[in-house]
Amino acid sequence: MKNKTVIIDNVEVQIGNERNLLELCRKAGIELPTFCYHSEISIYGACRMCMVEVEGRGIVPACSTKAEGGMVVHTNTKQIREMRKMIIELMLASHDQSCTTCAKSGDCRLQSIAKQLGVTKVRFKQVNEIKPVDYSSDAILRDPSKCVLCGDCVRVCKEIQSVGALDFAYRGAKAQVGTSFNKGIGEVECVNCGQCVKVCPVGALTPKYQINSVWDAIHDEKKVVVAQIAPAVRVALGEYFGKEPGALTIGHIIAALKRMGFDYVYDTCFGADLTVIEEGKEFLARKAKGENLPLFTSCCPAWIKFAEQYYPDFLPHLSTCRSPQQMFGSLCKDLIPKQRGISREDLVVVSIMPCTAKKFEANRDEFKVNGNPDVDFVITTNELATMIKESGIDFDMLEVGSFDMPYGFSTGASVIFGASGGVSEAVLRFAAETLEKGSSQEFKQFRGEDGIKTSEITIGDTTLKLAVVSGLSNARKLLDKIRSGEADYDLVEVMACNGGCVNGGGQPVTTSRTAVRERSKGLYNNDKMLQFHVSSENPYLQQLYAETLDEHKAHEILHTEYENRKRISVKDFVLGEADGNKELFLEICFGTSCFLRGAQALFKELTEYIRENGLEEKTEFKASFCSESCSKGPVLKVNGKMIEHCTFDKAKAAIEKAMQ
Amino acid sequence: MMRELGTKFELVCDIIDRYDRKPYNLVAILQEVQEAYSYLPEDIMAYIATALGIPPGAVFGVATFYSHFTLEPKGKYLIKVCDGTACHVKKSTDIIKTIQQELGLNESKKTSDDLLFTLETVACLGACGLAPVIVINDEVHGSMNPEKAKELLNKIKEEESKNA
Repeated sequence: MKNKTVIIDNVEVQIGNERNLLELCRKAGIELPTFCYHSEISIYGACRMCMVEVEGRGIVPACSTKAEGGMVVHTNTKQIREMRKMIIELMLASHDQSCTTCAKSGDCRLQSIAKQLGVTKVRFKQVNEIKPVDYSSDAILRDPSKCVLCGDCVRVCKEIQSVGALDFAYRGAKAQVGTSFNKGIGEVECVNCGQCVKVCPVGALTPKYQINSVWDAIHDEKKVVVAQIAPAVRVALGEYFGKEPGALTIGHIIAALKRMGFDYVYDTCFGADLTVIEEGKEFLARKAKGENLPLFTSCCPAWIKFAEQYYPDFLPHLSTCRSPQQMFGSLCKDLIPKQRGISREDLVVVSIMPCTAKKFEANRDEFKVNGNPDVDFVITTNELATMIKESGIDFDMLEVGSFDMPYGFSTGASVIFGASGGVSEAVLRFAAETLEKGSSQEFKQFRGEDGIKTSEITIGDTTLKLAVVSGLSNARKLLDKIRSGEADYDLVEVMACNGGCVNGGGQPVTTSRTAVRERSKGLYNNDKMLQFHVSSENPYLQQLYAETLDEHKAHEILHTEYENRKRISVKDFVLGEADGNKELFLEICFGTSCFLRGAQALFKELTEYIRENGLEEKTEFKASFCSESCSKGPVLKVNGKMIEHCTFDKAKAAIEKAMQ
Repeated sequence: MMRELGTKFELVCDIIDRYDRKPYNLVAILQEVQEAYSYLPEDIMAYIATALGIPPGAVFGVATFYSHFTLEPKGKYLIKVCDGTACHVKKSTDIIKTIQQELGLNESKKTSDDLLFTLETVACLGACGLAPVIVINDEVHGSMNPEKAKELLNKIKEEESKNA
């Protein structure tokens, strides 16, 4: 392979380990336009924007052509330039061009490539039809009229997250990207991670904005509005204002929020310090008893929904700790109204997150008291930038501000939560401090971009086996290994987005290939600058535990529980309907867990039995897709009474009893 | 009722098992299921996805890709109107319009509310000598015109109301 070169636009380029001609062109300093090429997902070759001419071969897509020694490549011939322009024109002709009011305006790749290629008019007739916008999800807004069918969202959902909530449907001119049976994206298995939002080149998938609600709260004089800021936001927001990825802008963010009218600006990291202590204690207790190990972290709401849908048998292993956002929310709503003499309803907690799934999490019923949520609104990094711009604030001119106390004080351990491996490291620092007083350690083996990181750590005479995964398909791999007994751990950290929250679905869209790494680095640097590095050293937290948080209170406001969850809302279907009097009403669950545990065989035996005993006219038989009791499957209900782990004999006995 | 519906679902279970619950057999499974139900009901597709361990969206994608599959129940009488070149020249379009009017159908609504009729247009039936041609449940009717088509529909409706 040595000394193989390609000539690209008259410049000789050495072939290294580039996967294809496109990457080689980029190495040569030529930025070929693309919609469907992402280095982390499979090569699709759909958009045809990266076409280049290879002498002797004609025009080929650079993304799906391997670079070979001796190739002579032209990237800018007359024919190619015309072709690219025409593709853009065709896309625009079938695109809802309401650009000025589109949330993606300014970040839209269709917009920027059209400008880059000098497309000034569209020669074709506008043929797009306006399709209804999908408002069904708390996290993600889907506007199918803007979709350019690049398939990026389909692949990221399938390959990186192993969810597959979005897929292509129909064919030819009618082809579209959508959900199963055209349901709303909030009604299917979508875990709200927002990776589709992150890769969507246009405005077809965006975070569901809550900007207006936040402004309303700020403008309402009766309301006290507090903000909490997640760690990953402070190393990414600057990108909207011309800063490099990873640049720490927390002082500017605080100042901007104060100017916009927030009453108090606090730090989600305070909640994260709380999480470390609660989760650390839970972990050490479980480890001592050898109970429900591995312990899975519970900070990531996309991972939680994923586990509830696909791994119901692991739910007892999930940490009962609420996420930092929710711990912070419930703490604020519990303490601040008393301190300030206001009602719970007049306190508005706004969290600023790198994440779309946090919007879904905040709206979960578990995190509401009498219908009033612990966290009222969640805005993404992207939305905060929009609000700052809307306010006309000159970001660079701001004099930096500082967090309000006491909930604005945090340790370095909580700041690194924003990077994959950070939670584990923070919990380990706490565990090390607890097991061996005065031992201050960093656990750098969990840093870095690998999707699965495992390590054994010895603290005193305790050995701990840990795994850190990011990307839900990596989580699935690891979980399957744990399920089959092939691997076993004491603690597993799961983050849904590759690299952790710094790469969340609410973060800035970036073309930089190193942005995620730089943002993580920014967090670890910030950790170094702070006074304390172990969460239990946080003096305000120590005070809180001493004065307010006894064990009972902590359990009440900082912990939660999880439930099995249906993947998709499909109505129950009727297997058989009694004509006459319905003496017997059977409901069988055909969800995945029940199916794998033999629901189908049970159904067959039951129909056989009903027929043999001449009960057809008296029996109504229904099937549901998930009765949300997955760990107890197969589940059968006989006249409303649920039989868990149902066998044919159990069912027969219940039917005989019911028919007496 | 019990007997009929239960049996159909049992058939689905058999089909899925016969194809080893393998995702690569999806098209074959859908074909056989459609034969049993005359269309692909949403709940059955969701069940197939569960059984094969794939997202329901993937099943939906395949089912909507092939024009052979239909996601709506078909009527008792399937009317195919030929709109191939020969039939088209002999004004098959008028026949299609008439049938649509008679049954309250349109481009996107192909099955009548009473689930008695489904109207499809096909490219060529290979019976150009008889143009324009329509086929109702495999019975070929040649040299049609809007009036004759109307008569055929009325005859079926009459018979159905007698049997009801």
